Amino acid sequence: MNIIDMLLAHAPALIIAIPLLGAFLTPLISRVSDKGRNIFAIIILGITALFVFYLASDVLANGPITYVFGSTAETVQSSTVIRILFEIDALSIFMAIIGIILAFVAVLYSYAFMEKNTGLDKYYTLLLLMTTGMLGMMLTGDMFNFFVFLEITSIASAALVAFWTNKSKAVEAGFKYIVISTVGALFVLFAIALLYGQYDALNMAKIAQNLGLSGFTFLDKIALVLLIAALAMKGGLAPMHMWLPDAYGRAPASISLLLVGATQASLYGLFRIVFTVYGDVISLPTVSIGWILVLLGIITMLIGVVMAIIQTEFKRLIAYSAVAELGYMALAIGTGLTIVANADPTITLQTAPFAMKAIIGGLFHVINDALDVGLLFLVAGAVYYATKETSLNRLGGLARNMKYTTVFFIIGLLAVSGLPPFNGFASKLLIYESTYQLNPILSIVAILSSILLLAIFVKVLHAVFLGPALPKFESVREVPKSMLVAMAIIAGIIIIFGLFPNLVVSNLIEPAANALVNNNSYLQWLTGGI
Amino acid sequence: MKGMSTIVKTIANISFPIITIYGLYIIAHGHLTPGGGFQGGAIVASGLALIAVAHGSSWIESKIKEHDLSLFESLGALAFIGLAFFGIIFGGVFFSNFLVDTSMLFGNIPVGGAADINTGGTLPLMNFAVGLKVIVGLFAIVLVMALATHKKEDSS
Amino acid sequence: MIANIPYLAVAGLIIIGLYTILFKKNLIKMVIGITILESGVNLFLITLGYRLGSIAPIFTGNSEDALMSYPVPQALTLTSIVIGVAVLALMLSLIIHIYRHHGSLHVSKIGGDDQ
Repeated sequence: MNIIDMLLAHAPALIIAIPLLGAFLTPLISRVSDKGRNIFAIIILGITALFVFYLASDVLANGPITYVFGSTAETVQSSTVIRILFEIDALSIFMAIIGIILAFVAVLYSYAFMEKNTGLDKYYTLLLLMTTGMLGMMLTGDMFNFFVFLEITSIASAALVAFWTNKSKAVEAGFKYIVISTVGALFVLFAIALLYGQYDALNMAKIAQNLGLSGFTFLDKIALVLLIAALAMKGGLAPMHMWLPDAYGRAPASISLLLVGATQASLYGLFRIVFTVYGDVISLPTVSIGWILVLLGIITMLIGVVMAIIQTEFKRLIAYSAVAELGYMALAIGTGLTIVANADPTITLQTAPFAMKAIIGGLFHVINDALDVGLLFLVAGAVYYATKETSLNRLGGLARNMKYTTVFFIIGLLAVSGLPPFNGFASKLLIYESTYQLNPILSIVAILSSILLLAIFVKVLHAVFLGPALPKFESVREVPKSMLVAMAIIAGIIIIFGLFPNLVVSNLIEPAANALVNNNSYLQWLTGGI
Repeated sequence: MKGMSTIVKTIANISFPIITIYGLYIIAHGHLTPGGGFQGGAIVASGLALIAVAHGSSWIESKIKEHDLSLFESLGALAFIGLAFFGIIFGGVFFSNFLVDTSMLFGNIPVGGAADINTGGTLPLMNFAVGLKVIVGLFAIVLVMALATHKKEDSS
Repeated sequence: MIANIPYLAVAGLIIIGLYTILFKKNLIKMVIGITILESGVNLFLITLGYRLGSIAPIFTGNSEDALMSYPVPQALTLTSIVIGVAVLALMLSLIIHIYRHHGSLHVSKIGGDDQ
């Protein structure tokens, strides 16, 4: 059909534009009816998901796609890039798939979870805006555009973290989050201005090409340090992780799910800048970024696990375990970077194949962590919806009344700790194997953290779901069906990824890892004939 | 928040139309001189904030409710994204400038550096949409903050 | 030396902004510090676009090949100012809520939370 073909050709722009149109239409529709607005939000994100999956099949088959805004030619006079363009390769579309799955499940879960709250038209508008910002961060190929989408996501998510304004702790968490995010984003803008002043280009591919030609000057090093520090802070790596437990722990459960996606979008920005924009110069002898990422990953893992042991609030404990999981990702990608960015020309990817396995494990862990921790947050939200309690000391014996929620919690528990046959096992095994060959101590710390996570969550299972039935929870019933459907979608994807990991790895993760270590295909539209 | 004295109210009433006309001029000529949607909208919102401060928040609350303002805000935003979508239908790419070099509303092409107001394509229309949204949005922020302090004084 | 004065001003503004955010204990002063930091970064962006002896990049009333400064950093600065306004509005609204809950704006009275 002609209209469908025309729309599919503009898929990169429509993935951003349709949630934005939905966000602007939501206040008008909520004047008419409330249920219509909820259904409208679900439909908008469903249509966006269809476009994302179509674009994924196109990119994985044909290579990177560029989409120029406002014109059909990417360059003017065949070498000057002045327009904003989206560049989508395998890594971008992999992160976009994660983002849209999390957003769709969050909206489906909010249908019943937020039903008794007021001010819901602002909630849905901000949720659609946050989805727009997240997807824009993952798809763009222009540095300043990345900064704008980063700020859109920060502002929308800070307003959503502080959504329950009658609780003072939630408002304080939102304030802390927005102050820290703004300082980080201003340093990102400073670094972008440094790069622009040197190379007269805002496009990521053009900056990468110019960096390769003119070498690694002092100002480039300053810009790299500022970008890594600010994006690692937004991604929740220690010692800049302080905002994570407050923001994840005090937000509504569906927003915690979407915040996981926003955090991983910032980590995606970090990987894109370190591997692709600075890809040609990162192996010069004065740079050792890989070991810095490995060290940050180890510290993050240990801090997350140790602080999670002593928590008594349900969602805050899950937030600290999310911090620990982020440490796994940084550890794996850092291990790969020590080989890719090695100054010694005899150590390459061919002589040390564990680096490729580390990068594949790290990227696989990104999607696994989003699904596992997301499922745990949804279970915590379901418990709060049913009992209005958040403290582990006052909960107990809920397995009699909430059977399905208990089953979902057990699935999430086993997946987070890395036990077979769930997806956490596949990615964590890859990480253990590859980091062992870099340095055995790293692998031992990672395995110990997994064991401690298992212990922590078994304690939570016993405290919340097992044990004698408390009299004040006599009338607690199972949560509504739409929340159960949302949790079942994520649990189903966890089980499928766990049973068939090689399908996922060979079709989705390996193209992304190849796109990460070798930036030639990213620069192809600029260098290889226009 | 009570209003201010009669002298301040009279001068505010006189200056408000002048500020509004100046702000609308900046919005409308955004493609020729420095300015555009956000800058002109901020100027008009400053004029509205002057009226809010001079007459007091209780008087403003009796005239305008924040609920009615959100309709205009949505209209401005929808006009902007609608123009971007029309770029797909009429021009072939998202956000393409489909009105330039045609005989429709803003379609002239400037010759020799000097330009009349009839140039620019979709840019002046987008300036109007953004200007409307910024005027209503910034005034709504000022109004809500004034009402928040107003209620706090009542309850304390 | 004269050409370096804007860059010294940028450094001064960023240092003052960071000092205010880190060491002041009133919430409103922290927000003012963020505004000063943002002004410093915007000044840096505009200063990058200046060429010595150039005029503003407007074609009306000027000849076509006059020396003009770059217009792209000015567009970037404008976007950054708009983002700064939105963030400032959000931060001040959250401060109004915090004041309603605690009655004070000092960081020690608002207090930490559990663990």
